[in-house]
Amino acid sequence: MSLFDWFANRQKSGPSAKSLHEREVPDGLWHKCESCGVLTYAKDLHLNQMVCPECQHHHRVNSDERITQLTDRQTWQPMDQHLRPVDSLDFQDRKSYGDRIRDTQAKTGLSDAVQTGLGQLNGLPVALGVMDFRFMGGSMGSVVGEKLTRLIERATRERVPVIIVCASVGARMQEGMLSLSQMAKIAAALERHQEARLLYMPVLSHPTTGGVTASFAMLGDIIIAEPNATIGFAGRRVVEQTLREKLPDDFQTSEYMLNHGFVDIIVPRTQLKKTLAQLICLHQPHIHTPRFVNLSSAPQSLVTASSD
Amino acid sequence: MATKERRPILLDFEKPLAELEKRIIQVHALAEENDVDVSAQIHQLEDRAAQLRQEIFSSLTPAQRLQVARHPRRPSTLDYVQAISDEWVELHGDRGTGTDDPALVGGIARLEGQPVMILGHQKGRDTKDNVLRNFGMASPGGYRKAMRLMNHANRFGMPIITLIDTPGAWAGLEAERLGQGEAIAYNLREMFRLDVPIICTVIGEGGSGGALGIGVGDRLMMFEHSVYTVASPEACAAILWKDASKSAEAAEALRITATDLLELSILDQILPEPIGGAHSAPLQTAQTLKQALLDNLYELNQMTNEQRRDHRYQKFRRIGKFVEVSA
Repeated sequence: MSLFDWFANRQKSGPSAKSLHEREVPDGLWHKCESCGVLTYAKDLHLNQMVCPECQHHHRVNSDERITQLTDRQTWQPMDQHLRPVDSLDFQDRKSYGDRIRDTQAKTGLSDAVQTGLGQLNGLPVALGVMDFRFMGGSMGSVVGEKLTRLIERATRERVPVIIVCASVGARMQEGMLSLSQMAKIAAALERHQEARLLYMPVLSHPTTGGVTASFAMLGDIIIAEPNATIGFAGRRVVEQTLREKLPDDFQTSEYMLNHGFVDIIVPRTQLKKTLAQLICLHQPHIHTPRFVNLSSAPQSLVTASSD
Repeated sequence: MATKERRPILLDFEKPLAELEKRIIQVHALAEENDVDVSAQIHQLEDRAAQLRQEIFSSLTPAQRLQVARHPRRPSTLDYVQAISDEWVELHGDRGTGTDDPALVGGIARLEGQPVMILGHQKGRDTKDNVLRNFGMASPGGYRKAMRLMNHANRFGMPIITLIDTPGAWAGLEAERLGQGEAIAYNLREMFRLDVPIICTVIGEGGSGGALGIGVGDRLMMFEHSVYTVASPEACAAILWKDASKSAEAAEALRITATDLLELSILDQILPEPIGGAHSAPLQTAQTLKQALLDNLYELNQMTNEQRRDHRYQKFRRIGKFVEVSA
């Protein structure tokens, strides 16, 4: 009897399924898939890059984990960690923006919603930006804009490809027009990167919406999406309200975006590093040594259950 | 009929005015019913209304400015085009999506002898027109048409003038299907590639990405009562306050007025409006715009293509507020 069956049996025979359920999912040890409901040993789920081994549902990945997944061990050099957001508008909704920043920083250990840096991906140098949904929904304010712009500018100077993993609700309202302007600022840096004939590949994860979609997420030379991520400009509820009609089930999913020509490829997370490396190699015709072509030589931590 | 239609449209914050209007009508009705002469009383009420308007307009809150910016009679892109240009040929279509977006118009105009490309969001002049114009909410095809015309202008060395007046980009199923996000994103990047001068002016409502989609330029100007915002105060209130009725608070907090944006170094120039707003004296307002455009064009024409592109890059590069803590 597997551990799953054991749990399933216990649940059936138990006096109160609900109270048992609470005891069965102790924090951190087991993870219940939000899509199929199957429990996975948390460590296994992490080894499988937060992809449910049962239904392939892609759970959210924080920026630290994503960096570990995409960069070769000991190659990550973070940039601009000393930038901090400020409440320059003196913004107060139900809570002041200053308090929101402090609380979120304390809770997540992050300074803002993106981590940027240089690293190697299967031996290939890349400039990598990873957004973190935990920090105010991955929203883009001045710090996110500045860090991404500096990353792209550095990549242009050092002639390396840029990869940005998107996970964001869009512009950060608490910084008003300063946030909206970051869309143009980042686009400007990407224009120079593109002009230098360098490769930029955004990876759209769940969710990628609003001002991020209307700027760097859609400006990739090659746009990659994770399966079943929400990708769109206006929120689904907003569209539903404007139309007063039910939207198709797959509306604003990765698959919808692929079918309508706005995403190049959908890549499962377990194949992401390999695919990025392959695409970078294909854009550097002088690199064709087996070291780069033979992608099975990925670090052991990346060999995943689903690729077995 | 025409006079009846041109009766001033009262805004929300002019509620005391609306009350007065209502009372005037009531007094009229009452007088008719009872056959009494009340012209003196009506005259008094009308005087009081005019005085009130003056008072209100001299101290507008952000939420009230928003309403002036959205005033149904506020001059639109095509009104300005008509008032400031000697010649005008409107051009249509993005050569792709199979439609022409009437919410974003563009064409070649002659401005004091110089051919320029003018692009702008177009709101309707009445309900029927507004339905046709989709209330100035452009579709992906509109942004792609704008880009096509800007590239055209670039090839022929025509300066580009964009007039911004939109509640936001259209949020419909079709707009999503045709890639609203991509259309705007593409313009943001490509506008940095253009060699010709670009002057952007928020003539009414600058709504989020829909405004920015034609808002990357060497100069950003705004009329005094125009607003420019990251998200509509209504949407912001619904999301952050969980209460759409808090939009006045949101309008205040978001810093959407021209004065705020000048302070935040996002805006370059504020264009003054006549008392009562642009719609109270449209021709005078158009002259203000024309003069500001000519002055800025003169300056920008002195620069080389390279200088202009670099200037544009640096202008946006500087925007943002953050702190750099020492290790």
